[in-house]
Amino acid sequence: MSNIEQNPVKLLELEGVSISRSGREVLHDVTFDIYKGKFIGLIGTNGSGKTTLLRAILGIVSPSSGHIRFPSSSKQGSSNNIGYVPQKIDFDPDMPLRARDLVALGLDGNRLGISKRKKSDKLLVDSLLEQVGGTEFANSRVGELSGGEQQRIMIAHALISKPELILLDEPLANLDLRSQVEIVTLVSNLAKDSNITVLISTHDMNPLLPVMDRIIYIANGKVASGEVSEVVTTESLSSLYGHHVEVVNLKGRILVVPEFEEGGFNFLRGIPGNEDH
Amino acid sequence: MFSAFMLNAWEISSIVAVVSGVVGFFVVQRANAFAAHALPNGAFAGAAAASYLGISAVIGLSVFSLAGALVIAGLSRRTRSDVATALVVVMMLSLGSLFLSFSSGYAQQVYSLLFGEVFGISRSEILPTLLISLFCMLVVLFLYRQLLYTSVVPEAAQAKGVKLAVVDLMFLLIVALTTTMAVPVVGTVLIFTLLISPAAAARSFTNKAHIAILLSVSLALTTVWASIALSYETNYPAGFFVGACGALIYASGRIYRFIHSKNSKSREATLAHILWGLAEAALTLNTDAPLGEVKDMANIDKVVENKLPMTELNQVVHLVQFISSNN
Ligand SMILES: Nc1ncnc2c1ncn2[C@@H]1O[C@H](COP(=O)(O)OP(=O)(O)OP(=O)(O)O)[C@@H](O)[C@H]1O
Ligand SMILES: [Mg+2]
Repeated sequence: MSNIEQNPVKLLELEGVSISRSGREVLHDVTFDIYKGKFIGLIGTNGSGKTTLLRAILGIVSPSSGHIRFPSSSKQGSSNNIGYVPQKIDFDPDMPLRARDLVALGLDGNRLGISKRKKSDKLLVDSLLEQVGGTEFANSRVGELSGGEQQRIMIAHALISKPELILLDEPLANLDLRSQVEIVTLVSNLAKDSNITVLISTHDMNPLLPVMDRIIYIANGKVASGEVSEVVTTESLSSLYGHHVEVVNLKGRILVVPEFEEGGFNFLRGIPGNEDH
Repeated sequence: MFSAFMLNAWEISSIVAVVSGVVGFFVVQRANAFAAHALPNGAFAGAAAASYLGISAVIGLSVFSLAGALVIAGLSRRTRSDVATALVVVMMLSLGSLFLSFSSGYAQQVYSLLFGEVFGISRSEILPTLLISLFCMLVVLFLYRQLLYTSVVPEAAQAKGVKLAVVDLMFLLIVALTTTMAVPVVGTVLIFTLLISPAAAARSFTNKAHIAILLSVSLALTTVWASIALSYETNYPAGFFVGACGALIYASGRIYRFIHSKNSKSREATLAHILWGLAEAALTLNTDAPLGEVKDMANIDKVVENKLPMTELNQVVHLVQFISSNN
């Protein structure tokens, strides 16, 4: 898009990946590459396979065919350096763990032995907490925070170690509209500063439009990927859905509208980009 | 109270308390309470098997609890871990009751494993107990951050390269070892109390994990010291006091948090835990239950999980019914 990379480094490649859950093929023949430092939106309706795809990238779910590789990584094409914010977060309110402790676990929770955190680590935790707007509740138990507050803490926890890739699964779902814009801007800025690649799933692409470099659009178990201007077009999405859909630009919001049929507006539901705010 | 004979009791129970406080913190934190309940019960069945085969009870204890840990860890990868745990404990208990039915002669020895024999510990048992305890605590310290991280957001930890299955298995083995070591001292019923109550109470008093561990150890030590002293003075079994102190400490933790926390939801849980502790203590007082019932006793408390206070209330009802039907 705006900044032309001199030497794009391929971080991740998916080649002909198919994934089945309980005997049903959720994703079929998915192929795309992800380049370092990009901000990528993973867009699809409920049940389209976003979470499944992210978990496959993490290596928690194995594809039934195809390959997922980190070509630049030394560890046989897999990566141990991914920041992950799961879609479902369920913290025990009785757990003796403060918000700041969770952020610090993002820094060194994968290491062995007892932590002797340096002064610089503490400052880093403080600065991340401040950037996600979590200073106020830094010393509260994570289990006692609201869903949106937990989401912010989890994002700080994922970013703090400056991993090569962060995967955020529906991080906007718990947030009000203003917080959505805030979080998207924040993640994008932090990632650009540290050259972190971001893959963020959501059913509504609109909050991502200002910062998204590329889009991966899932429908029907298939994927279209590329720049927003290439993928989100009437032709390309119609061929992905297998029937005619119309891409409409309404006052800066992109709507994906199925062809009009008898029976009113109900069928608009469940097409990404059509949520009301 | 501090004669040479009593010294063994003081020493061994202090060792068991310290390791229970440390391991128990992660048992509660990782929601492994049910496994911590199942493994001692399984180990008890192993001791029954050993007594039938005429070999040392410790061998039966360790084989059964370590095997139990391995099978639970293996099955948990395929199914819900509480279901896996239930399957394992049912298997082990049924084996245990089979062996018990063969071996009437060794009943007393097996029975002592239910509630332990803190006053019957010999000098030679202290060193092995100490060594196993040190080993367990070193492993916990070595894995400290991974144990904590995987208990909070396991998938995020996996994404950072933590081998979740390995950490789970290692911890279950530590629970099994702790159990094996503690069963001859406090028994299968009370090691569970000692693993859960101090740790659960400690979580209420602080919101820092490392402080909670230190507190958990202190509370476990307080529990066993008070129990031995009270038992010595009153001649009631030490196990009764361990159960009662555990309930009391846990209740005071809940009350503290009830007062100090803004969203306190758990009146019901507090009540259930107090009743549970008291019923357990009452059970230990009922020491002349004939052997036939010992099997049932081990079967009664099938599912205890911190998260499900109602299940525990159910159990309490069963326990009370059981006790009253015996008197
Ligand atoms: N553990 C599982 N076992 C069986 N089927 C599963 C499992 N997880 C997901 N699926 C199926 O895979 C499909 C894709 O699920 P996935 O969770 O990836 O969707 P999603 O795009 O993340 O949806 P949402 O927007 O609701 O989070 C669904 O049809 C779901 O039923
Ligand atoms: Mg999902």
